Amino acid sequence: MVTTAAAAWDVAAAVPDPELPMLTLAELGVLAGVETDGGAVTAWLTPTYSGCPAIAEMAADVDSRLRAAGYPDVRVRLRLDPPWSTDRITEDGRRKLAEAGIAPPGPAGPPLLRLGPTRHRVVACPQCGGTDTEELSRFGSTACKALWRCRGCREPFERIKEI
Amino acid sequence: MTDQHAMPGHHGAGDDHVYLALSEAGPEPDGEARWAYGTGFSDPLLGVDTTVPAGLDGADLAAYCLMLGDDALVLAQRLTEWCTRAPELEEEVALANLGLDLLGQARLLLTRAGQADGTGRGEDELAYWREEHEFRNVRLVEAPNGDFAHSVARLLLFATARGALYQLLAGHPDPVLAAVAARGVLELAYHQEYATAWTLRLGDGTSYSAARMQAGLDAVWPLLDELFTPHAVELRIGADPAALREPVLRTLAAVLAEAGLTVPGARPLAFVGGRAGRDGVHTEALGPLLAEFQVVARANPGATW
Repeated sequence: MVTTAAAAWDVAAAVPDPELPMLTLAELGVLAGVETDGGAVTAWLTPTYSGCPAIAEMAADVDSRLRAAGYPDVRVRLRLDPPWSTDRITEDGRRKLAEAGIAPPGPAGPPLLRLGPTRHRVVACPQCGGTDTEELSRFGSTACKALWRCRGCREPFERIKEI
Repeated sequence: MTDQHAMPGHHGAGDDHVYLALSEAGPEPDGEARWAYGTGFSDPLLGVDTTVPAGLDGADLAAYCLMLGDDALVLAQRLTEWCTRAPELEEEVALANLGLDLLGQARLLLTRAGQADGTGRGEDELAYWREEHEFRNVRLVEAPNGDFAHSVARLLLFATARGALYQLLAGHPDPVLAAVAARGVLELAYHQEYATAWTLRLGDGTSYSAARMQAGLDAVWPLLDELFTPHAVELRIGADPAALREPVLRTLAAVLAEAGLTVPGARPLAFVGGRAGRDGVHTEALGPLLAEFQVVARANPGATW
């Protein structure tokens, strides 16, 4: 079977993220490339955090989706360089995060040690849009998320941290 | 998960023994690997080109990755010891997240070490089947948790120094080490920020919290200097950690000044016959940590999970 990389990309790109299932791996920016050579497909993934436990399931899901789509010879490989950044989350991905009640990340900048009074970014509440929000914890249910609360509508919400 | 499948030999919906049910389901069908159970996904460098670049000594690269990997592994274990012990649930989650970052770095570095030295030892073999004297971590990371302020102080020192080192190593000629460092520098920035926030809160809090924070700093400060004392391997293939001493001390001094704390005057913990953690000479705290960390793997040799 001879196929095109574009068709194989579409299959791999549609795989949902195991921890943020409203996003595909392409929208999350984890899918770093797909190559074909005859019937063989190689898909490249870039892990989000060094210790992200979901990368194993991502690799397994990409593998099984490609096989189910008729590719008999599939390899999933990791690409560590350049490192994943939240800047790789697509516009569609950001919109879907917000629709699911998760505040999308702002632009990633160089991490700086800040002293003095703590000033947080202005983060809009994904429920009501209000900006009177506060961080409850920098570390949420997964390494990539922080836990926030809206003082307006009183709803807690998660947000993706810039990295 | 909303999708539930009855499996052959399954005990039925609502059964608590999820893992038992999985094992009774038999071998996985092709392409249906299950996360965290029998996926066979054991290589954190899956498919990454692991050729040691020409001009780099494989044994030195392995020894250096082992040093950095052991630092990350041991501190990851110390941080996760806080699970069920932290003052607040949010801090427990935070400390576990920090430990997970370090564990991820450790997995990559130990895997790299096993490749570069030509032995083919995997991360598990290096983590679970080495004796205390074979570990190459600095003594700072094995320091007991103490109270929360002790752990904050230890993390502040480590994250500040390791973040600075990773900035240098992001340009290392070994592409795997460079990639670990480039990723790690961003993660360590979060660790440093977390430790700094708590140092400020405790130091600039009540007289009681400030005294506890100062005591934590005083306890771990003698272990800081080892991070700046170069080992021959580091000089041959890594970055000279002595270059970190001045900028790291300047950053720490700024944090402590802002927190109203005093830079401890304690002298560095002595080396033993010129040897310390990088040579496998450790404090008495490492043995019990390793015993707990390794006990399951050693009780079930060859087991997979």
